Amino acid sequence: MIQRLLTWLEDRVDLSSIKHLIQEKTVPRHRMTGFYFFGGVALFFFIVQIISGILLLFYYRPTSEEAFESVKFIMTQVPFGWLVRSIHSWSANLMILSLFLHMFSTFFMRAYRKPREITWITGFLLLGLSMGFGFTGYLLPWNKLAFFATRVGTDMVSVVPLIGEWLLRVLRGGEDVTGATLTRFFGIHVTILPMIVFALLGIHLVLIQQQGMSVPIGARIKGQIPFFPNFMMKDLLAWLLALAVLAGIASIFPWELGVKADPFASAPAGIKPEWYFLFMFQALKVIPAHVLGMEGEVLGLAAFGLCGLLFMLVPFLDRKAQREERSKLITGAGWVAVIFIVAMTIWAYLD
Amino acid sequence: MDSSRRSFLNLLLGVTGVGALGSIVYPVLKYLTPPQNAEQSVASVVAATVGELKPNSGKIFKFGNKPGILIMTQNGEYRAFSAICTHLNCTVQYDPEIQQIWCACHNGHFDLFGKNVSGPPPKPLESFDVEMKGENVGDEIVVLRRS
Ligand code: FES
Repeated sequence: MIQRLLTWLEDRVDLSSIKHLIQEKTVPRHRMTGFYFFGGVALFFFIVQIISGILLLFYYRPTSEEAFESVKFIMTQVPFGWLVRSIHSWSANLMILSLFLHMFSTFFMRAYRKPREITWITGFLLLGLSMGFGFTGYLLPWNKLAFFATRVGTDMVSVVPLIGEWLLRVLRGGEDVTGATLTRFFGIHVTILPMIVFALLGIHLVLIQQQGMSVPIGARIKGQIPFFPNFMMKDLLAWLLALAVLAGIASIFPWELGVKADPFASAPAGIKPEWYFLFMFQALKVIPAHVLGMEGEVLGLAAFGLCGLLFMLVPFLDRKAQREERSKLITGAGWVAVIFIVAMTIWAYLD
Repeated sequence: MDSSRRSFLNLLLGVTGVGALGSIVYPVLKYLTPPQNAEQSVASVVAATVGELKPNSGKIFKFGNKPGILIMTQNGEYRAFSAICTHLNCTVQYDPEIQQIWCACHNGHFDLFGKNVSGPPPKPLESFDVEMKGENVGDEIVVLRRS
């Protein structure tokens, strides 16, 4: 029966390349093979995001009058609503965590070297877009913390040269963070960002299939694991594990809703953005108001922008990697970034 | 001759293409820019009434569509400022303990003249004028934009 179905399909669709891929694909085995899993795990969380996000759309209302109430309704009235929302929030965080791990592991393994420059750049952009998802999604429940976090976060775009003020108005849908901002963020969160992400993710994944797994410079290869079924089973195991962790956290620590936003209230003490923005938040907090005649904030954001750009362009900057050599400088820079991010994040928590 | 005709056609095509693209992009960009709303021009507002504030306390009021802060100092003087922090837009509050205006977002401090005294805020708060309509409890306290 299945065989007949397959031949029927094969007469109409060319499946040979897929077949070839499934049969031929292997994963090299070495000391760092374990790090190959993070990309797949991030993909898993992304799929969870799509499903849980669609589910939330059935009840959510993107206006300043109704957003908070509709999320509350989801969490208190809708059967398993609390779980769906909790999963959506937690999975977002776990996705970004896996993306960070994926990015830094590929960075240290120099997986970006020729011919994988495009894979690296699309990956880097995908991380940025994920943070955009996080930022726009954070506002949607329209609670107090999110309201002020969005005010602070959007205000930063005004430092962009020339078009900053205009950009700020476009983003906020007016002078200030209001219901118009909420509606815009909703639109960005559920239409614009997904479209761009699908396109980039498509390129990213196709390239990975075409190019195969990158092997770290100088790694001792201890043989190849056939992808199908051996590695795929391990991948699925990782997904199952990820699901278990997600379900566990989401049900033991349901995501809080907080207090409804009031545009005419003072900012509450201790406001903080989501953890993946904390390192920037903390750095901006400790930069003095003026440095060498420049506003500290402008300087800080310019520095972050520049570092981000350098990081994205590392495949072209790391000349040694092109010659299959490890550069101490690049490794050092990577560690500085990791230590900076971790230290700043911890500091922000303790502060 | 032929090649110059070709390049002319290419030019024509290019110009048309850019024109067509522009005629799509421009309205879209304009569409995305929200129209200016008229509320901006509020010049004065009743922020509180006499007796509402105790000495050494503050209150957030609506100044048009933006928050303002009215403060009664220890000596019973009223001062009013924009409540929008000059750093990154958070809404400030009055901290009676240190008798300063405080921004919770990044720990910015302003003194009772709105001057930024510590933390990241780069500029003083915008100050407003305060006008008392009377001295009795219930009389209006009006806050005006400085011209
Ligand atoms: S927004 Fe007030 S200190 Fe940063």
